[in-house]
Amino acid sequence: MTQINVRVDGASYTDDVEPRTLLVHYLREQLGKVGTVVGCDTSNCGACTVHLDGQAVKSCTVFAVQADGCQVTTIEGVASGEGESATLHPVQRAFHEMHGLQCGFCTPGMIMASIDLLKENPDPSDEEVREGIEGNLCRCTGYQNIVRAVRQAAAEMSGKAADDPQAEPAAVDTAAADHVTAQA
Amino acid sequence: MIPAPFAYARPTTVEEALQAIAEGGEDVKVLAGGQSLIPVMRLRLAAPELLVDLTRVEELRGVREDGDTLVIGAMTTHADVLADPLLAQYGQLIVQATETVADRQVRRRGTFGGALAHADPAGDLPAVALALDAEFVLVGPGGRRTVSAAEFFVDYLTTALEEGELLVEIRVPKLGEGWGVRYEKFNRVAQAWSIVAVAAAVRRQGGRIAEARIGLTNMGPTPLRASATEAALVGVDVSMETVTAAAAQAAEGTSPSNDLNAQADYRQHLAQVLTRRALAAAAGL
Repeated sequence: MTQINVRVDGASYTDDVEPRTLLVHYLREQLGKVGTVVGCDTSNCGACTVHLDGQAVKSCTVFAVQADGCQVTTIEGVASGEGESATLHPVQRAFHEMHGLQCGFCTPGMIMASIDLLKENPDPSDEEVREGIEGNLCRCTGYQNIVRAVRQAAAEMSGKAADDPQAEPAAVDTAAADHVTAQA
Repeated sequence: MIPAPFAYARPTTVEEALQAIAEGGEDVKVLAGGQSLIPVMRLRLAAPELLVDLTRVEELRGVREDGDTLVIGAMTTHADVLADPLLAQYGQLIVQATETVADRQVRRRGTFGGALAHADPAGDLPAVALALDAEFVLVGPGGRRTVSAAEFFVDYLTTALEEGELLVEIRVPKLGEGWGVRYEKFNRVAQAWSIVAVAAAVRRQGGRIAEARIGLTNMGPTPLRASATEAALVGVDVSMETVTAAAAQAAEGTSPSNDLNAQADYRQHLAQVLTRRALAAAAGL
């Protein structure tokens, strides 16, 4: 066992970990920070993305001992305030408003990667958003509303109103297509 | 998917790292950014007894000038490479290839030296280092030695690094005035490894090509140079015709693998197409 000191979502922890403990397992199993999820276990999907000293990393591909002396921010630490009075981070809010998720499993990682992207590029194009979150896989949405959400958040965070006419969730037409109703 | 147990050392200097490796017995692995090694350890394809983590060895991180040469510390991360002003000016081929490595999270941890020492033939940086005739500076118990890129890449995942040795820095020539570069990569999905990629650097003199350097990614167990194409380009007029004719020889002497992504003959076809594209862009066509 090796002793580590880490600051996670603003609180300090001193813990003994095995060197082989992955950061994501430390966060989930020792600290109970289950907002960060394990999606693939092969470093592909990005669901476990957290910020290590302010930079987005895949926490399944970092050992907990490597976070010794570092600051970790998880999805649980990006909103401000507590409980009823908590205010979502603008990127969290945009994912909600723009319907940037369906099953929601990739969402914590998507949001952490997007916050990291917007720090570096506060006004990304659609293509830059897609490249910026290439390390995060979503099997539900087809990414359209995720891209809209990130751009909406970018507009809000830079103080601009979202004047992009496309900045609303894609309309979902649940009515049957013409050729189907014609057959009925 | 949890690695086998190991002992962990976290040196802060090269000297301490060498000592930890020397004292670590037979089954020591050096951890750079860990973006290839940790997944391999999770699959238990590697189960070292001791892991020597270099992430806190600050002296191995960063880029400096030495006359006409850029010296890149082995622990310089891919993200550092992309933000470095010297590489922006003189190392565009490295920058372009690094932009295509995996994804932004992986580029934050993964390192230039780690990617080279791992020597995956599908990795993007070995072919670039070979095309640039990079020099690899290795430090071990016996002292310091320098090997050329051609000597460094020995075989599949195998380098000239000997037991107890560390890759500490990589020296590449500055490509300044007159040089054009392009890294042309073919893969099917975001963050995937190259099926084939081509690193090209072309020096123009007037309307002619004075010199061309071409590295091939994933066209054999090690990175390769497209030597026949390079030779065919010396002194020719800069035109699509000359570039296309030379690129047709790009697959000569290659031995690419057959795998789920592509058959060998398809890879050889791709090498020609990507070489033509890379040369055309590098030559400003």
